[in-house]
Amino acid sequence: MTAVSERQQLAYIASQAADMRLNVELETEGMTLNIGPQHPATHGTLRIIVKLDGEQVVAADPVPGYMHRGYEKLTEVRTFPQVTTLINRIDWLGSFANEVPFILAAERLMEVEAPLRAQWIRTILFELSRIANVALFLGDMAVQLGAVTPVFYAFRDREYVLNLIESATGGRFHPNFDRIGGVKDDLPKGWIAETRQVMVKVHAFCDELDALLLGNEIFNARTRGIGVIPPEIAESYGMSGANLRASGVDWDLRRDGPCGLVYDKLDWKVWTHPDGDSFARYWVRLQEVRESAKMVVQLCDGMPAGPIMAKVPRIIKVPAGEAWVSTENPLGEMGYYVVSKGDLVPFRVKIRSASFNNISITPWLLRGVFVPDVITILASLYFILGDIDR
Amino acid sequence: MTPLSSPDTNADTDTAPEDVDPTANGVADPLREQLLATLAQELGEGLVASHLDPGRDLWVRVTSSAWEQAGRVARDRLGCRYFCYLSVIDWLPSPFGRSMDSDVDNRLEHVSPKEPEAMTHGVTGGDTRFQLLARLYSIADRVGFTLKADVPEDTLTMTSWTKLFGGANWHEREAFEMFGLNFEGHPSLRKLYLPGEFEGFPMRKDFPLLSRMVRPWPGIVDIESMPGVADDEGAE
Repeated sequence: MTAVSERQQLAYIASQAADMRLNVELETEGMTLNIGPQHPATHGTLRIIVKLDGEQVVAADPVPGYMHRGYEKLTEVRTFPQVTTLINRIDWLGSFANEVPFILAAERLMEVEAPLRAQWIRTILFELSRIANVALFLGDMAVQLGAVTPVFYAFRDREYVLNLIESATGGRFHPNFDRIGGVKDDLPKGWIAETRQVMVKVHAFCDELDALLLGNEIFNARTRGIGVIPPEIAESYGMSGANLRASGVDWDLRRDGPCGLVYDKLDWKVWTHPDGDSFARYWVRLQEVRESAKMVVQLCDGMPAGPIMAKVPRIIKVPAGEAWVSTENPLGEMGYYVVSKGDLVPFRVKIRSASFNNISITPWLLRGVFVPDVITILASLYFILGDIDR
Repeated sequence: MTPLSSPDTNADTDTAPEDVDPTANGVADPLREQLLATLAQELGEGLVASHLDPGRDLWVRVTSSAWEQAGRVARDRLGCRYFCYLSVIDWLPSPFGRSMDSDVDNRLEHVSPKEPEAMTHGVTGGDTRFQLLARLYSIADRVGFTLKADVPEDTLTMTSWTKLFGGANWHEREAFEMFGLNFEGHPSLRKLYLPGEFEGFPMRKDFPLLSRMVRPWPGIVDIESMPGVADDEGAE
């Protein structure tokens, strides 16, 4: 802890020094470096313009929007069931998780509750999306540090999870499986047994990465004390998910949010880390994948029998009203503010995606850091461009 | 934080919660009631209306001039330091929505366009076309609420929250480019997503969705016959 706070101080002094140097006239002229829009660290097309003084960043200006698809506008001309097809593509690595908060918001407006079995299926797919999504981060973060092996492990083991999602929903990446009032289909035969086996593999994958990276000297040197975010700053920028928990804030909507998923019936733990640096963000996510794998096994054990759809009309008209529902998605808090006027289509849908807030901190965070750390910090914040641009 | 100094506000302590019925669902919600009471006390006349859905959510509408103060009270007095989002609702009924057929459809079917319906506002009501919408959350108390404010029609300008919440910066830039609102005190109010030369404000309801102008509404595709087939079916 002491080492970190010292580093924090040093980073602050460095950012002050960077400011001062900019003001000195006789200093060499600063350089502007354009990172992206096509850069492996940007998971899509985020462009960051950084002003450099030597190796240090003086100012960083992220330029999102290269993938803006206008989903908020498009939802206004889609019926409620059609909207899930669009929002699948927001965070494309955890697609099913995107559908859940919207469906829950629509259900709240309609005063419909999904049957218990549907809630369990939702929760199990939600957690599988999280594993598939975060597993890629666990490998990808290592790539940004120059270690190529872990990402192959990540792609290999993520595939098992994607196969599960595909066999249950029919869609490997975009399940489009959640319905107002329940889920589209029941689980296929033998799926539960297969899921248990895959979860053993997920645990093995986490142990493997733990052994490969967490003790690695280079990994520690490149991530510990780098990109420290104090909890109060993180909150004011609306950072959420593992990024917030890595700053020591014990908040997880799976536990703290009221929602139609069955997390309260499971035995699990919210992991936090006090340091708030890149290492903490990696560590918290690694623990969360383990925790998710445990949860999936518990969900397999306790899966109740029963119907998978509540009684809903064939043509869905959502009563007039407004509802906000957010859930703990793989990237953080994702929520929908749905305004309905009693029509077939939503009047307005505000999509609150996690990466948008998580990345809006970068102008603050990147000041004073060195160029190579820009890449590791961006990787550790873990964003999906579709989740920023929507 | 600062109490209202004008002497006439003290008399109006009962103005605040209008349509609050804490026993609507038979569920008491002391946490949100307390939150609402504090807001009402701090904001005085600045709080216009509120709506409490016990056990679920709380909506509070403030005047546009009390927008910044509401944010400050929420942050400092209520502990709602987590900035969730800030956005805008355009309450104008869309001239291009589902109930209004697209221009192409109207011309094909020789129908004159329908009259737009009257503008209605949602929870907690409203008076203006644009309403600012924000959500703040207290991580300590695990409770959040939605804050709304009317945006003045003539200036379309609100006070920026960037000094209160760092995260408001990008959200206000988005509201600026998508809805054409201005935020006083924003450090660099420029486009976020759209290219610099883009004209118009795409999220406004009167901004046409071009794909809807040239192709029919996807929801009615399956009950419409395909182009070219229509005439044959009509002859039968």
